[in-house]
Formats: sequence, structure tokens, C-alpha cells
Amino acid sequence: MSEVKEKEALFSKNNRKLLTNPLDSDNPITVQVLGICSALAITVKLEPAIVMSLSVLFVLGAGNVIISLMRNIIPSRIRIIVQLVVVAALVILVDQVLKAYLFDVSKQLSVFVGLIITNCIVMGRFEAFALGNTPWKSFLDGVGNSAGYGMILIIVSFFRELFGSGALFGQQIIPESFYEAGYVNNGMMLLPPMALIVVGIVIWVQRVRNTSLVEAN
Amino acid sequence: MDTNKNSYTFIFAIVMVVVVAFVLSFAATSLKPLQDANVKLEKMQNILKTVGVVVSREEAEKVFTDYVKSGVVVDPTGKVIEEAKGVDIEGGLAFKGDVKHAVSKKQYPIFIAEVKGKTFYVIPIYGSGMWNDIWGNVALESDKNTIAGVNFDHKGETAGLGAEISTNEFQKEWKGKQIMKDSNGSFTKENFASVSAVKGGADASNTHGVDAISGGTVTSDAVSSMFKDRVELYLPYFNNLK
Repeated sequence: MSEVKEKEALFSKNNRKLLTNPLDSDNPITVQVLGICSALAITVKLEPAIVMSLSVLFVLGAGNVIISLMRNIIPSRIRIIVQLVVVAALVILVDQVLKAYLFDVSKQLSVFVGLIITNCIVMGRFEAFALGNTPWKSFLDGVGNSAGYGMILIIVSFFRELFGSGALFGQQIIPESFYEAGYVNNGMMLLPPMALIVVGIVIWVQRVRNTSLVEAN
Repeated sequence: MDTNKNSYTFIFAIVMVVVVAFVLSFAATSLKPLQDANVKLEKMQNILKTVGVVVSREEAEKVFTDYVKSGVVVDPTGKVIEEAKGVDIEGGLAFKGDVKHAVSKKQYPIFIAEVKGKTFYVIPIYGSGMWNDIWGNVALESDKNTIAGVNFDHKGETAGLGAEISTNEFQKEWKGKQIMKDSNGSFTKENFASVSAVKGGADASNTHGVDAISGGTVTSDAVSSMFKDRVELYLPYFNNLK
């Protein structure tokens, strides 16, 4: 691999795979089952889910590049601490910038921005990928994985907001006449357990489509 | 270079921490004025909202003193400690003071606003919700009994449940409710009824109750007790005004 590296095009087949694999067959949430905690917490409504996805995209993209640039000088005995410092510093930066320039969004996300630090996907990608690959590949891997993460977040929050509040992006979608006919919002959808069930259904649908993911036993 | 040597590990750690500390403190101090400005504008916007003046955050600063005439700080006996008028409000103790610790400092802030010839009293309130702090503003009409408007906000209540206290749907219910049992009586603790969120829904005729948030009972109760604890502190002041 390393010999062909110099000649490899920016978006060669291998590099494209780094971007697209996490969307489906190597999805961080539905296949690697990482980052479940935040997937439960912030998927009640669509808007925070999208902002959260973008924040993770920045942190994971930038963090992967930084770790990859330092991969040869990080003492292996303290590498986890180094990774933690990098992700924590990036998250605090995101938080500060949001508070200064996107005040309303930062209010919506409140504590969840801080929770990116504990997102297992971030540490997982640093450890598993960025420490052993070039910055460009690490960047693609970071973007791909956060896109895969964000995709599931958006799917889950779409269903939770639609059935839980009858709305999307805070706008009422389900018409008033439905409620008059006896339809009620499903309050369960707003609670974390339903997020797990929705994620479960997503995993089920994905495995029906992509049978290579089904473990033989 | 042997990256496994102890000395190397130490030096790496020290350099990394210093660099990160420098970057973060630079970001924090350079963004602080912008962040403080946002917080200040939001406070102005919220106060204006309770007296029926809805403006964007950017406009709030311009029109704030058109409506809010003075910022007053009173003590537990209702005596005025400080009164800032007009452009001085922003620098006054009522606006700058820490609402969270107003009770322990015995300095209760209140704003007096005038909108379309009518006087309003705006009380900033602060309390604990289910997960974290909650706060808001209560505007009373000139009779110091009828609620003209409220706004509530929170740090980390459950989205979709307790967090609904910051929505208009919940806040508009408070309008027109009364804080005193006998609207002609004096502002004593005995006559103080407060307004609370009632689980299962308040009767329309109930002048001291609003509908609680279904699924958000703990936060609703927290709002009720925050309202009672804080508004009660201003009764001596209202008595003195009378």
C-alpha cells in the first residue's frame, strides 16, 4: 500500500471507499454500534440532530487530520490521553465559536456539544484509523464516519419528531383534522427507549437490504 | 527519535498541554466580548418579550430604553437600594447583578417598563429544574397582581418534555393569571397565591393555575416553585409602592 501511496489519486477507488463504506456496510452506529448514547439523546427533533452531525463532522474531520499528522511523534504509552486532549480541545473550540456566532443553535445543543468528547466514534476513529494512515485518508475516513453517524441521526430524528410531535423542523406536519379524528402523538417517541427501537428497525432494514452484514450462526 | 523514552513522553505531554492551553485561552478570550454581547442582548430581548414587545435580538439593544424606564434593586423590606434610569440601566445593579444569587445577597432586581402608556413591573426569576438551572422573567401589570407575560428558559431540561417551558404555547397560558388571592387586598404573604402549573390541566376559571406539561411534571413543578419563591420576595416592595 505505502509504495503506491504517492501516485494514488485524491479520490481513487480506495479513497472513495473510505467515504462511502461508513454510510452502509461499515456504518458506525448500525454496524459498529458506536455512538449509540448520543443517538438516543439528541434525536428527539430534527434540527439539533443536524447541527450535532455537523459538529461531529468538524471534530472528527479535523481531529483525524491532527492525530494523523502527529502519528509518528505521539508516544504510544500516552496516545489515548493525547487523543482525548485533541478531541476535547476541538469540542471546546466548537462550543465557543457557536456561542459567539450561532447563539441560538448553541442554546439548542446546550450540553450535547460537550458530549461529543465522549462519543466513542471519535476516539474509535483516532485509535483505529488516524494513528496509522496519512492525513488525507484520515480526513476522508473522518468525514465518511461522521456522515454515516449523521445519516442515522437524521433518519431516527425524522421519525421521532414526526410521530412524537407531529412536526418536522418544529413545523406542524400532521394536519389538525387528524387530531380531531382521534389521532394522538405518540409520547413514547420522545423518550430514549423509542430511539433504541427505531435504531433497531434501521439495523433490521439495512440487514435485509445488505445480506453480507448478517452473521451466520 | 525514540518515542518510547520517558523523557520524550514527558516533554511531549508538557508541550502538548501548553500549546492546547494557549490555543483555547486565546479562543475563549477573543470570543468573550461577542458571547457576552449575545447574552446581554438575549436578556434585553426576553425582558421586552414579557411586556409584549417582540423584537429580534439585534434590535433589542436599540429599543430597550424606549420601553424599560428603570432598573431597581430592592431589599427584603421593600426598600429601594439602587435605581438606574434610562441609559444607565445597562450598567446598573439590576441588569448586571447575578439573578441566581439575588436571594442570598438580599438584592432583588426589578425593572419598570412603560409600553403604550401602561406601566409594567418585570421580575427576573431563577431556580432549579429537573436536570439543571431554569430561569425567566415575569411581567406584572400596573396593579402588580395580573401577569402581563412571562418567559422561561432552561439549561438542560428534557427536549420535548420539560424543555417545552421555553415555548410560547406554555408561556402564553400565564398571561392574565393573578398572583394575589384577593385582588384588592394588600401584598402580604397570607394574601399571596402565586401561580402554579397544574398536572392534568388547570380549570379555565382558575386564576392561579396553568396547564402543566404532560410528561414534564418535575420541570413544571420546578417552574411553579421558582415562580412562587421569587415573586414572593417583592411583596414588601409592592406594599411600599401602594
